Amino acid sequence: MQKRVLRSPPVQAGKIKEGNAHRGRTEEQRPGLYLHIPFCTAKCRYCNFFSVTKVSEIPRFLKALFKEALLQGGGIGSFDTLYIGGGTPSLLAPFQLSELFSHLRKTYDICEDAEVTMEVNPADVGLPVLAQMRALGINRLNIGVQSFDDTLLAFLGRRHDGNQAIQSIMAARQAGFDHVGIDLIYGIPGQTRQAWKKALEYAASLNIPHLSCYQLTLEQDTPLGKSCAQGLFKIPDDDELFEFFMDTSEFLESSGYTHYEVSNFALGESFVSRHNSKYWRHIPYLGLGPAAHSFDGCKRWENVRSLECYLQRLERGELPVESCEELTNEELQLETLFLGFRTKAGIDLGAFSERFGVDLRASKKDFLKPLLSAGHLRIADGRLQPTRTGMALADALALL
Amino acid sequence: MDYIRNFSIIAHIDHGKSTLADRLIQFTGVSDERTFKDQMLDNMDIERERGITIKSQAITLPYKARDGRTYSLNLIDTPGHVDFSYEVSRALASCEGVLLLIDAAQGVQAQTVANLYLAMEHDLEIIPVINKIDLPSADVERVIEQIDDELGLDSEGHLKCSAKAGTGIEEILEAIVHRIPPPKGNPEAPLAALIFDAHYDAFRGTIIHCRIMDGTVKSGDTIRFMSNSATYRVEETGHFLLQREKRQALCAGEVGYIIAGVKTVSDVRTGDTITLDENPCSHPLPGFREVKPVVFASIYPIASDDYEDLKTALEKYQLNDASFIYTKDSSAALGQGFRCGFLGLLHLEVVQERLEREYDQSIILSVPSVRYRFTLKDGSVFYVDNPAHYPGSSSIELSEEPYIRATLMLPERYLGAVMKLCMEKRGTNSTLNYPSPGRVELIYELPLAEVIYDFYDRFKSVTQGYGSFDYEVIDYREGQLVLLDILVNGERVDALSQIVHRDRARARGLQACERLREEIPRQMFKIAIQGAIGGEIISRTTISAFRKDVIAKCYGGDISRKRKLLEKQKKGKKRMKMIGQVSIPQSAFLSVLKSDAD
Repeated sequence: MQKRVLRSPPVQAGKIKEGNAHRGRTEEQRPGLYLHIPFCTAKCRYCNFFSVTKVSEIPRFLKALFKEALLQGGGIGSFDTLYIGGGTPSLLAPFQLSELFSHLRKTYDICEDAEVTMEVNPADVGLPVLAQMRALGINRLNIGVQSFDDTLLAFLGRRHDGNQAIQSIMAARQAGFDHVGIDLIYGIPGQTRQAWKKALEYAASLNIPHLSCYQLTLEQDTPLGKSCAQGLFKIPDDDELFEFFMDTSEFLESSGYTHYEVSNFALGESFVSRHNSKYWRHIPYLGLGPAAHSFDGCKRWENVRSLECYLQRLERGELPVESCEELTNEELQLETLFLGFRTKAGIDLGAFSERFGVDLRASKKDFLKPLLSAGHLRIADGRLQPTRTGMALADALALL
Repeated sequence: MDYIRNFSIIAHIDHGKSTLADRLIQFTGVSDERTFKDQMLDNMDIERERGITIKSQAITLPYKARDGRTYSLNLIDTPGHVDFSYEVSRALASCEGVLLLIDAAQGVQAQTVANLYLAMEHDLEIIPVINKIDLPSADVERVIEQIDDELGLDSEGHLKCSAKAGTGIEEILEAIVHRIPPPKGNPEAPLAALIFDAHYDAFRGTIIHCRIMDGTVKSGDTIRFMSNSATYRVEETGHFLLQREKRQALCAGEVGYIIAGVKTVSDVRTGDTITLDENPCSHPLPGFREVKPVVFASIYPIASDDYEDLKTALEKYQLNDASFIYTKDSSAALGQGFRCGFLGLLHLEVVQERLEREYDQSIILSVPSVRYRFTLKDGSVFYVDNPAHYPGSSSIELSEEPYIRATLMLPERYLGAVMKLCMEKRGTNSTLNYPSPGRVELIYELPLAEVIYDFYDRFKSVTQGYGSFDYEVIDYREGQLVLLDILVNGERVDALSQIVHRDRARARGLQACERLREEIPRQMFKIAIQGAIGGEIISRTTISAFRKDVIAKCYGGDISRKRKLLEKQKKGKKRMKMIGQVSIPQSAFLSVLKSDAD
C-alpha cells in the first residue's frame, strides 16, 4: 500500500494536538519528551545517529531549540519522562543545561515525578558536574561506557578509556544518582565471548541497576561499516551473535536482572527505562532537535537531518519538520507486533484484538502452534510473549 | 503485383537477423532517426533483452530501386528458435524468397541448415548473405566454402554485408528486387489468404497477419476461416508500415492485415486459410496443422486469493499467444491453478516472464513434464503430462516416452564431450556426418524429457557456445518410468514431483534435494528435504534453522525505518509459497530441473 508522505508540511502538521495525544490517556500513557543534542567532539566509528562536531554552534542551537519548544506549544499535556540524548548532551555546560531546564519547565508541563534521563560520555563527567546535573532535576543517567577494554574502546573510536568509564559510574553514585544505566556493546571484531562475559560479570558486580547490551550493528554509512564492507574486519556471523545474545541473557538473568527488552536489562521493575518503554508500547512522544522523531498515536514525523537547516527554519519561525507520515491501521499493526516481540511483556492479545479487530490466537493459529511448542513463544495472562530464544527472532516473528 | 516482393530473413540465432532488419528499415526511410530504436521489429521487452524474436512481425518497405521504379518489399520476420519452427514455416509459406543470413565468424550452424531446408520445401529463392564481415574473426572464404559444400547452394550469388556497420545494404535490396520473383496469383480468383500470425490489439481486437495468395479482400466482405468455417465481417484491411496503415483492399500477392472483430487470437490459427464466405476457394492452402504443445507445467498463484486475477491474466495472455494452451488444475500443496502446454522450454520461460512482467502476476510453475504414454494391464492406453496423474506402478503394463531426433552441429574437437553428454541423456541411434573438414553433424535420438532437463545449457557449455542444435519430435518408445516425489518437512509437494526414468531416478532425487537446499532460505525451523520413489526415501538434505533475527536498537524514529524494512521483507515473503510452515521461493520450483554448472 502506498503511504502518504508529506514533504514540508504546514506548521500544524508536526504538532501534537491535544485531542490526539491526550484523549482518554491513562496516567501510564502520558507522552514522553525527547531532546536531541546533535554535537560530538569526535564521531565514533560505528555510530550513525545525527551529530556534528561544530560545538561553537551550541548557543545558537539552544536558542533554536527553545523556539521549537515554543512553536510546538504547551498544550500537549504533561510529560512524565524527559530524555536528553544525542550526540553528546554532556557537552553542554552546566549553565546551558540550567537555562535549558528553565525554558522547558516554562513551556511544558513536566510531572513532578517525571523520569529525567541524560546521556553522558564518561570523559565529560566528574563529580562536580554530575552534582549540578542532579541539582537541576536530572534523576537518571545513561553512561556511554560501551566497553571496559581500552583496545576495544579505541577500535570503536571512543574518546574515553576503561578507567574513565569506571570512574564515571562511581562518581554518578556519589553525586546521588540511584538510577544509573550503562551501554555495553558485543560482537565487536576481536572481542571473544569470554571477554564479553567478563565485562558482564564486572558490570553486575558493580550492581549497576540498568544495562543496555547492544549487538554492534554495522551501518553502511559509518567508517566501521565501510571498512567491514571492504573486508578489513569481520563481525561475528548470526550463529555466533546468537550465542553472545544467549550468554548475555542467561548470565544477567541469573544475576538478578530482568531481560525486559531485546537489548535492555533492569535490576527490578523500578529501574526499567520508562521513557524508552514508550517507544515499544506506542505511547506518544515529542522529539525536539534536528533529526528527532515524534509520534502522536497516529502520525510520526521527523525533523530535518541538518543542523544548518534546523537553525534556519526556526530562525524564520517555521517548524523544522522534514516529513510526516500518517500510519495506516496495517502499519500500526505491524509495528505493534515487532515492537511487542522485542519486549518480555509481549503483546496484550485482548488489547490487540480491540485495537485492530484481529484475534491473533485464531488468525495465526497455524504459525503459533509450532512456535509455542518450539519454545519461542508462550501465552501467559492473556499476553503473547517471546521467550529468550523468541526475542532473538523478534523480527521474523513479526512477519508471520 | 510486379512491384511487390515478399521475403523473409532466416538465420541461426545471433547471426544478426534483427540488426539487418533494422538496417533495411532505415535504408528505405520508413523510420527516421527520431523514431528509430534498435531491434525495431522486436516489440516485446523480452525480445529486446534476450535478443531473440518470439513473435513474427511484418513490415512493408517502399524501395526506389536503381531501375527508377518503386517496389513494395514485404519483410516477414520469423522467430529464431526451435520451439517456434511451425510459425517459421508459415511465415516462409508467405514469401517468394529469403535472405539466408550467415555469421562470417561462426559459419553455418544447425538452425541455418534447418531453416534452409524449410525454405527449400517452399521452393523459395534463396540469397545467401554473409554478415559481420567486419569482425576480426570473420572468415568469409570458409563461409563461402560452407555455402557450396554444406548447404549445396551456389556460392556465386552470395552477398556480403555488415548489418552493424550498415555496409552492403543497398546490394541486398537490389538483390531482393531482381532475384526474388514477384508474387504470382490471380486477383480475380476466389480469395485464398494464408494466416501467418495474429496479434491482439486492446482497441481493435485480433489483428490477422496474412498473405493474399489469390483474390481480393476489402472491408465489408464476409470472410471464412477454412479450418473451422467460422465467419467474420471485415472491418478494415491495410499494410504494415511502422504502424498499421489502412488500405481499401488487399489484393493477390500482398501482405497485410485484416481486422474482422475476431475476439481472441486463439480463434485464429496460424497456417489457416481465409476465403470469402460467398465465393470460397476450392481447397485450403497446404501445410496447415494444429500446433501441439510438447512441454507441460502447472501455474499456480502464490497467494490462493489471486486465483481469479491469474485466470484473467491467462485469458488476456492467450489473446496474444495462440500456441499457449491451458486448462484448470489443482494441487494439494499449491491449491487451484492451471495446467499449461508450451511449444518448448523457451516458450515456457517466455510465458512465465511475460505473465510476471506484463500482467503483474506472482506465480509458481511446477516442474515441467513431457507427455507420457501408459498402457495399463487392463489394456487401456492413456497419456499423462502431469505427474499427479501417474498411474500406480503396479497397474502399468507398458510405459513409453516421446523421443526426438536431434541434429547437432559442432566443431570436431567437441565431438567426444557431446557424445558423452548424449549418452548420459540416453541418446541412441547416432549418425555422424562430416559436412566439411573440422565440423561434424551429429544426429541422435533422445528422450524429449532428457532434453527439457538442462540439455540445451549443458550442450552450449560443453561446446563453449560453438555447438548448435535443432530437433523434431519423432515417436514414443518404451522406457521404465517411475514417479519421483519431493517431501518438504515430511509433506509431499506435488508440484515438485517428476516422472523420471528408473535409471536416472536416484541421481535426479539427489540433485533435486541439493538444488532445493540452495534455493530455500533458512527459516525458524529446521527443514528436511527428501526425495522418494513409491514411499522409499532415496535422498535427503536438511536446511538448518536461523536463530537470530532482530536488530539491536529500536527507538524513536528507528521504528519507521524498521517497519519499512519489514514491509519490504513481507513483500518478498508474499512471493514465496507456504508449504506447511516452510516458505518456498518461486525459483525453487524450476531449480530442480537445473543441473550443476559443468
